[in-house]
Amino acid sequence: MVEDLTFSAGRGELLALMGESGAGKTSVLRAIGGLDPIAAGEIRIAGVHLTAGRIPRGPRARALHHAVGIVFQFHHLFSHMSALENVWLAPVHVRRQPRVEAERRARGLLQMLGVGERADALPHELSGGQSQRVAIARALAVEPSVLLMDEPTASLDPARRGELAATLARLAGEGRTVVIATHDGEFARACAHRVVTVGLK
Amino acid sequence: MEYVESSMPRARPVALLLVAIVAGSSSAATAQSPTELRWGGDAEGGAPFVEADPRDPARLVGFEVDVAELLARELGRVPRFVQVAFTSLDASAARGDFDIGLSGIEDSPARRARLAVTVPYYEFREVLTVRDADRARFRALADLRGRRVATLGATLAYDLLIAAQSGHGVVPVTYEDDVHPYSDLALGRVDAVVLDEVLAERGVRRNAGLVNQDADLGVGYYVGVLAPGQTALRDRTNDILRHAMRDGRLETIFRRWNMWNQDQPRLHARVLASDATELVPAAAGTAAPGTWDATRRYLPSLVQAAVITLILSCAAMALAILGGVVIASGRVYGGRPLQAVLTAYVEVMRGTPLLLQLFVLYFGLASLVQLPAFLAALLGLGLNYAAYESEIYRGALEAVPQGQLDAARALGFTDGQTLALVRGPQAFRLALAPMTNDFVALLKDSSLVSVITVVELTKQTSIFAANIGSWVVPGALCAALYLVLSLPLARLARRLEKSWRRP
Repeated sequence: MVEDLTFSAGRGELLALMGESGAGKTSVLRAIGGLDPIAAGEIRIAGVHLTAGRIPRGPRARALHHAVGIVFQFHHLFSHMSALENVWLAPVHVRRQPRVEAERRARGLLQMLGVGERADALPHELSGGQSQRVAIARALAVEPSVLLMDEPTASLDPARRGELAATLARLAGEGRTVVIATHDGEFARACAHRVVTVGLK
Repeated sequence: MEYVESSMPRARPVALLLVAIVAGSSSAATAQSPTELRWGGDAEGGAPFVEADPRDPARLVGFEVDVAELLARELGRVPRFVQVAFTSLDASAARGDFDIGLSGIEDSPARRARLAVTVPYYEFREVLTVRDADRARFRALADLRGRRVATLGATLAYDLLIAAQSGHGVVPVTYEDDVHPYSDLALGRVDAVVLDEVLAERGVRRNAGLVNQDADLGVGYYVGVLAPGQTALRDRTNDILRHAMRDGRLETIFRRWNMWNQDQPRLHARVLASDATELVPAAAGTAAPGTWDATRRYLPSLVQAAVITLILSCAAMALAILGGVVIASGRVYGGRPLQAVLTAYVEVMRGTPLLLQLFVLYFGLASLVQLPAFLAALLGLGLNYAAYESEIYRGALEAVPQGQLDAARALGFTDGQTLALVRGPQAFRLALAPMTNDFVALLKDSSLVSVITVVELTKQTSIFAANIGSWVVPGALCAALYLVLSLPLARLARRLEKSWRRP
């Protein structure tokens, strides 16, 4: 259980939650994303107020999930769908965008992240780094103002880390709030504007 | 005929091997035991034939029990009863499971061609039974065009009905027992029953509102059956029976069971007057049909029965899939009370025999709701298999990684959308192979519905086999038809699985 953690991040800010493995970074991200309830305290994010004990339902959940995108450590791509379908699924079924338009934008996102040529591949055919970029594209496709990312360097070889840092900087630069959870101090210091330490009590 | 005889020597070693395995320690079942007279019968046939004594169910009573005791006493042996299903008595006699079969077994040319048969010891008339209200309307089989007429399979009455099917357009409905034809007649599921007078008397006594007509349908005889090689024992049995006819002991037995009538002295006189072992039955069936001839005649009905099996199986599987999806969704997504109810349903359906469920649906509920036989069969199979399908789907739903469900929630999908777009499609792929397996199993389990009068492939095969007295050709044809039905299914499933794996 994580206790006594207070932090805030504004638009365009790239914030890193630092801590050892098992320190509870993932729990913090899941609570912010509205996936798990918090036991005490409160979270205010993109106009949604999360209180202790319950995860949001209904319109508040829709507002929260629209505002917050999550890239999981193990990506959790939908394994029965191509990379492209993974990306346009939520825009079509949640944001009610026309299919053709959503697919065109999904292709654009994959290209922007450098995996345009893997659009038709199934998740099990992608490398760790490619999966991560598809997962980022999937999260960005619903145009969230906040992007949460769990252990972003875990699936990357060292050569790719710089590329990821540049991508994160660009996403923050476009006005999003980006929060990453990492135990990789070097990466955190290299790319984050601010580092918050999470510890188990 | 030639074909069966030439193929019998090949079939026999297999049969013997099976007997050796099944009988195992009880080798007495195959070897002659000089101290016992093992007599075969079906206690389910009930009074007055053979039934458990209502006052002491461990004891058997019935006129067949008395006849067996008479024979055993004269042979200097102790009678021992061997329970055999009525429709299997011939095959069991041929295998030597018992010394003599006594169970209201009818004399017929087919039986004489396959087994050693005793002289007749009882004469009966075939009787048409109808509801009181139809007494004036349905006087004979000719009045029953397009009507359902019930009987017991593998009997002279059945042959009569088959003849009446082409002659008068009646619709024969076969039962596995001689009790439900009458109860279903009372309920209105069939419009008449044709069976021998012993059964008809009992049927009318037990069901209010039924009446036996006087129509002369035919005459038959009860005989004892023995393995074909047992002619010496058969001849001794004939001597004993003739002796008992002469000195009135047989009359005493039939009087005790209220079965003595004016037909019997005539039968006794005929039997005593001749040295022959047989009196050709006056009822239908003048000669044992040859196997090839019978195959040609039965093949269309076998194919038709296979179509019924296929339609029933497909419809039942569709119901099972639908029910399985609903139950699995309820167990995965529902609240505690719903989960408890659905779990109980699954455990009851899986934990009790399908045969029992079919009986309850068709006969047990008959006083509340009278389901047509095909619908009852469809519901029974579908609801039973829904329990198995639901377990497959539940397992498959729970096998979809939680991470993907979290990802779907984080993207804003509702639970319903997550099920339809992410969880369901993946679970379905996991479930496909076990589902195919279940479909093939259901196809074969559909043979159980013959107990509620649906004539499907296995039932039609056993009618065929009973008619010609051999399982070799009917069994091979039946197996071939089941394979024709199940193999394409397995191929289709493999193709579906492959196409979903994508290039």
